[in-house]
Amino acid sequence: MSIKFTKTHEWVKFTDDNTAYIGITDYAQSELGDVVYIRLPEAGETLTTGQPFTDIESVKAVSEIFSPVDGVVSESNELLDAAPELINEAPYDTWIIKAENINKTAEFLTEEEYNEIIKG
Amino acid sequence: MESKTPLYNCHVQAGGKIVPFAGYLMPIQYSGIIAEHMAVRERAGLFDISHMGEFLLEGPDAVGNLNRLLTNDYSNLQQGAARYSPMCNEQGGIIDDVIVYNYGNMRYVIVVNASNKEKDYKWIQNNLFGNVVLTDISDQTALIALQGPLAQTILQTVTKALPQKRFTVVADADIYGAKCNISRTGYTGEDGFEIYCDAQKAVDVWNALLTVGEPHGLIPCGLGARDTLRLEAALPLYGHEMNDDITPLEAGLGFFVKADKDDFIGKKAILEKNSSLNRVGIKITDKGIARENCNVYSNDKKIGIVTSGTYCPFLGGAYAMALVDGEASGDITVEVRGKRLAAEIVDLPFYKK
Repeated sequence: MSIKFTKTHEWVKFTDDNTAYIGITDYAQSELGDVVYIRLPEAGETLTTGQPFTDIESVKAVSEIFSPVDGVVSESNELLDAAPELINEAPYDTWIIKAENINKTAEFLTEEEYNEIIKG
Repeated sequence: MESKTPLYNCHVQAGGKIVPFAGYLMPIQYSGIIAEHMAVRERAGLFDISHMGEFLLEGPDAVGNLNRLLTNDYSNLQQGAARYSPMCNEQGGIIDDVIVYNYGNMRYVIVVNASNKEKDYKWIQNNLFGNVVLTDISDQTALIALQGPLAQTILQTVTKALPQKRFTVVADADIYGAKCNISRTGYTGEDGFEIYCDAQKAVDVWNALLTVGEPHGLIPCGLGARDTLRLEAALPLYGHEMNDDITPLEAGLGFFVKADKDDFIGKKAILEKNSSLNRVGIKITDKGIARENCNVYSNDKKIGIVTSGTYCPFLGGAYAMALVDGEASGDITVEVRGKRLAAEIVDLPFYKK
């Protein structure tokens, strides 16, 4: 499963053309610091590219996570309810939502392109 | 352009995440706020707080000036002791909160918040009377806080002269050749020490403490953990629970206002202000964090505003302090980004050793 990145620090892993797991990058979790809460979207919530689909609270601050796709939430990662710190510990193994009915996406970056951006 | 403390390079080398704060480039965290917070509650943490300001006040009228400038009573502050106080304007609003040390021979040191250094210096200088001299010694003074239940164990391996009681200070203690004033004070809700030394010796003292402390679990801590620790212990912070419009009584600092001493700046206004504001503690029972400026509601009536709020790692939940109108108790709600989170009024402090 290849991983794609966005300029707004999300990652996307497609399981087929219309379905994907979505999380945040290692850089994003390190900038946020210790994550203590995340709102888990309900199945059926609409996703719009570039629009926030949830809030994530670290000790330091609250941030929005932007949807990298147009589609619908099919599932949220329930593990994050009790263990939001998984996002810090294993950002690329910890998906936040699974999206389906994807019919449009953000402009994705490869890993190399993303690494260039965060180097600043 | 921000200033750097004498320990700036140590922070960068140790991987501290640097942010601008009160005109200084300061580490907000090293290993992470939660890990640093827990180290201080369970073992020990080391903080660079050299950005804070220190003013030397000396002369025969020093104590008289302190008693006029500050709401607490300094007439009986013994040599080698420290005392906290709000400093108020004529309207009774808080200009800053300070700690004053008595070093004997009519020499006192006033320690002020970094963000208020210039304002405080001008205010004090403009209000002095009699035979007294004020000197800003901030730039030549480094300040390192060693906090946590193992702080004493660690510190006594590098120096014999430890202050035994809270709010006392040992002057001219020696840490590997650096002359230090060691005070048993802090801003974390734990036992601990604040070590004042010459700016040029700061790196030696910092490294020595980290080296001897490492086997005890001592780690460097940033301003992030300093803030969560003080909030968990419900210690007020200037600019949040206190400002130029809030009196010490409204901020819940009535203990530090000695109305029976001679006149002091703001006395009349503080005592006459007919206010029903109170500082209260809030525990968020819903999922979420209430932060500064969130509105607080009882039933559907707005009763106040959050002054500080965060996740408290030791208690494992979100807590906040708020300034509310009148008495508040029981279930309330706090508005966070348009949503009302369930919460309850709880006693302060949230955490007590």
